[in-house]
Amino acid sequence: MAKETGICSWKELALGTAILTPGNASELKTGDWRSMRPVVDYEKCVKCGRCYILCPDMVYSPRDDGYYELNYYYCKGCGICAHECPKGAIEMVEEER
Amino acid sequence: MARRVGMEVSIAAAETVALLDVDVVAAYPITPQTHIVEHLSELVADGQLDAEFVPVESEHSAMSVCVGAAAAGARTFTSTSSQGYALMVEICYIASSLRLPIVMALANRSMSAPISIWNDHADMMLARDTGWIQTVAENGQEVVDLIMHAYRVAEDHRVLLPVIVNLDGFILTHMIEPIQLPTKEEVQAYVPPYKPLLRLDPDNPVTIGPVGVPEVYTEAKKAQDEAIKNAKPVILEAWDEFEKIFGRKYKPIETYKAEDAEIILVTVGSISETAMRAVDRMRAHGKRVGLARIRLFRPFPVEEFVDAVRGAKLIGVVERALGFNGYTGPLCAELKSVLFDNGLNPYVWNFIAGLGGRDVTVEDFEEMAECLEVKANKNEPMGYEIVNARE
Repeated sequence: MAKETGICSWKELALGTAILTPGNASELKTGDWRSMRPVVDYEKCVKCGRCYILCPDMVYSPRDDGYYELNYYYCKGCGICAHECPKGAIEMVEEER
Repeated sequence: MARRVGMEVSIAAAETVALLDVDVVAAYPITPQTHIVEHLSELVADGQLDAEFVPVESEHSAMSVCVGAAAAGARTFTSTSSQGYALMVEICYIASSLRLPIVMALANRSMSAPISIWNDHADMMLARDTGWIQTVAENGQEVVDLIMHAYRVAEDHRVLLPVIVNLDGFILTHMIEPIQLPTKEEVQAYVPPYKPLLRLDPDNPVTIGPVGVPEVYTEAKKAQDEAIKNAKPVILEAWDEFEKIFGRKYKPIETYKAEDAEIILVTVGSISETAMRAVDRMRAHGKRVGLARIRLFRPFPVEEFVDAVRGAKLIGVVERALGFNGYTGPLCAELKSVLFDNGLNPYVWNFIAGLGGRDVTVEDFEEMAECLEVKANKNEPMGYEIVNARE
């Protein structure tokens, strides 16, 4: 039986399934199964950066103007950012699919 | 030239590990492994072995240290028994999956309860599916030789898997035997310095031991399975090389008077010497009995086993562990599967003997052979029994 459900051939794996290229976890899409998405109200945001610090993935990144922008490629919809935002500037909105 | 010495087998095992110039020893003392580790600790403390001896607080930590050290490129050694092995086993799966060539001497002991420090093969069976290569020694000389063989095989870039050398607790570990102890030159000629293929190195960072999501785990296990299958020719080749240097010949399945035997007893470990004595006695009475002993347990030497028992009409599998599956012992179940796959259909009876240090005597083996014949003649359904369990 040979359905191609694996991401690569077993022959291509490094010894002991080691990862030889550091940092490649950034390629892993973790944002394809969320049910809620965080939406930021920049009127309320005070640029404190808690969302950026506390996000367990890599959703938030600082912009030149001091605000933080979101990359939904990584967002699992856990809601930590919304829970921790001291100004209530982040709202969790249901994903429409 | 090798020195012929009278030496306790545990001490000889430790001396051999020292001759192999290991970098890291991490172990927790447990009966009957204790003397091996104690002696290594002395050798390090006395400056005779330049190694890091890590006196860990548990076997779980012992194997964790070995995994870390081996991943950093060190030649590592540990030793344990029974309950200690059980505590260690979580990390043992990781050692083989990460392809780390750690060597362990497993001083075989029964599993509690009831509490028993004595010898059987329950811990060997616990190691059965962990992905380690496993060899089993019959006597002290074999312990020394199999430890050297273990490093040579484990560190071979075609293998890179951990190896367990099994030796019977007390029966071997605490026995003083005549042993040809190799010289440093002989050891170095047989086991080249360890050159890791992949290791933790700050200048060349890699991740060893990442998550394997469902889309990669199957392929990871397939690669590991291929690795242990491909280890077999290297194991055999290493025994051939061993013979060239040391003059002693080792095979995955050792046979004794099995060529023309109608009845073959299958054994593992030190009871095989008693079994050979029984074979001699039965042969003297005209009974065509032989012995097949399993020296290589993992990967299992299917072809060699089949060749060894092909001519036998009756096979008595004598094993020192229970499987609690309700129909046979763990080794016998496996051997029956091998026989079935190879179209052989002898009468097989499984004798579970020597549990928790119970002696298995020459007379016991003679009775087993007799019992096997009676059962086969009566055409009794094949099965198993626990030998000498008093009613």
